[in-house]
Amino acid sequence: MSDIILKTENLTKHYGGVHALVDANFEMKKGEHVAIMGDNGAGKSTFVRQITGVEQRTSGKVSLYGDEVHFAGPLDAREAGIETVFQTLALADDLDVPDNLFLGREKTKFDWLGPFRFLDYKAMRQATMEGLERTGVKIPNIRNTIQNMSGGQRQCVAIARTATFASRLTIMDEPTAALGVQETAQVENIIRTLKEAGEPLILVSHNMRQVFDLVDRIVVFRRGRICANLDIKSGDYTGEDVVSYITGAKTGAEYEGVA
Amino acid sequence: MTDTSHGTGGLTFDKTKRSWPNELNILFALFVIIAIFEVLGQVLPYMNDQSFLFDTRDRFDSIFNEARLKIIILQVAIIGIIALGVTQVIITAGIDLSSGPLVAATAMIAMSFGQTELVNGFANPKALFGPWAMDLPVIVPVVVGLAFGACIGAINGTFIAYMRIPPFIATLGMFLICRGIALWWSGGNPISFPTESFKFIGSGMMPVVWFLSLAVVFHVIMRYTVYGKHTYAIGSNEEAARMSGINVKRHKVTVYVIASMLAAFAGVVLAAKSETAQAGMGEFYELFAIAMAVIGGISLQGGRGSIIGTVLGAMVLGVIRSGFTYIKLDGSYQLMAMGSIIIAAILFDQYRQRNRA
Repeated sequence: MSDIILKTENLTKHYGGVHALVDANFEMKKGEHVAIMGDNGAGKSTFVRQITGVEQRTSGKVSLYGDEVHFAGPLDAREAGIETVFQTLALADDLDVPDNLFLGREKTKFDWLGPFRFLDYKAMRQATMEGLERTGVKIPNIRNTIQNMSGGQRQCVAIARTATFASRLTIMDEPTAALGVQETAQVENIIRTLKEAGEPLILVSHNMRQVFDLVDRIVVFRRGRICANLDIKSGDYTGEDVVSYITGAKTGAEYEGVA
Repeated sequence: MTDTSHGTGGLTFDKTKRSWPNELNILFALFVIIAIFEVLGQVLPYMNDQSFLFDTRDRFDSIFNEARLKIIILQVAIIGIIALGVTQVIITAGIDLSSGPLVAATAMIAMSFGQTELVNGFANPKALFGPWAMDLPVIVPVVVGLAFGACIGAINGTFIAYMRIPPFIATLGMFLICRGIALWWSGGNPISFPTESFKFIGSGMMPVVWFLSLAVVFHVIMRYTVYGKHTYAIGSNEEAARMSGINVKRHKVTVYVIASMLAAFAGVVLAAKSETAQAGMGEFYELFAIAMAVIGGISLQGGRGSIIGTVLGAMVLGVIRSGFTYIKLDGSYQLMAMGSIIIAAILFDQYRQRNRA
């Protein structure tokens, strides 16, 4: 069924002798918001890096909208419609908002000039403003360079980058880890906006309240393996349950014996 | 969340956050330095009846001492051409120390294809090659010189980008290699007596024409093209540039190739201007080129700086040099003053960065 937008089968990643990710089987449906939780080193970021093409998987399959995909690099993943907000923000400090949004995929004029083709600043500014409006991100001056912005504004720029490009899947790796209360609220609002718009999202987070507020489902990683898949909208699970899955006190029935 | 979406508009500028362009500071410093020399010229007892840049005694057609201004620009033009390339390299958070010796090596190589066969009816006494290399069209020495520069730049860039050798070390090695090539090319002998058309490249104000037109071209490239944007992005955050899908390695090689071609072109112009090429040419040019960029407000950490800044930085160096000659101070003081100004430029830049955060 094409209702499944992302599917991984036995996704595995070894760093030398370290088995950072083992046999991850993961699925998500259209419009679904899924949280990935787990302790430090549980394999969450590794999982994200395999899907987004930042690293090459050791083995296993990844399919996007039913088609098996092999991304040579992050740009490939992006062209296939996966937009990622990385833990390290991946913004260029000395550039302004439109420059960062369009970095690596600039709108250009006179394309016959090859690498010296001209930037279409006007079109990029326009698209930036539309993107910011769509996500409800408020930045006082988009011509400001990133280094002059607060942590929250930076995060918003990174998120707006994913939203500006009509993406088929958005991934956020701990988007609020370094933010204050108000900034976190703003980022959460953006996530709600994406939910209303039916944009699928994978959220990597440590924040239990946030996860329960925002997503439909929690997938818990432990020691490189998926150990639980919890539909929290059913109301059957509490934060304490999730904690016991994360720490290893419990393991999901279907994952028994794997971790 | 009460404000409207207009808050996101680029049309409303937050004036308090908008920083004063650094180029204006350098321009201001330039005027201050000119004013200091102007005043010194008036008050120093041994300076009878001279003016620096502004003529106060009605001896010229305009109020401007154009002759001195021309000399100032002419003196910095050739190193300025190198500085245009060095600026791009430093914006990627790299450095290029090989440009001075590259100037010498390119001058030697280009000149050996730009010689004339007969000097005053006699065979060229400095001829390096046989008659086949004599009186060639001017395009030959220029293309050979630029091609040599491109090769050196490609080697620099490949070692730095693909083999992860720090730029300082890679170009330091190339510094020695190029000086060696310059000495080896003719066994240490000067190569002289170029053709008329080759001389023309460096005659009169031609170096200034080259410098300023290349400055305009590269200003546009750095400011308005994908190449320029990616150069800034790499220097600003290499990891972000890579994750954004920029081919960082290939781009760095391109930057070093362009920088070395500019240095090679400076070598061609210098040879044409001097009408001779010697292995010792271009001494300290790499350092003066870096100094121009630094005075022009570039950050050695990368990501910041501009072609306009570097051109102004070149003018500051030129004015100081000319000013010291004007007030009849020894060359030794010039060097001390230039050194102090470079350090002052860095201090000012740090102060500016701190205040911004």
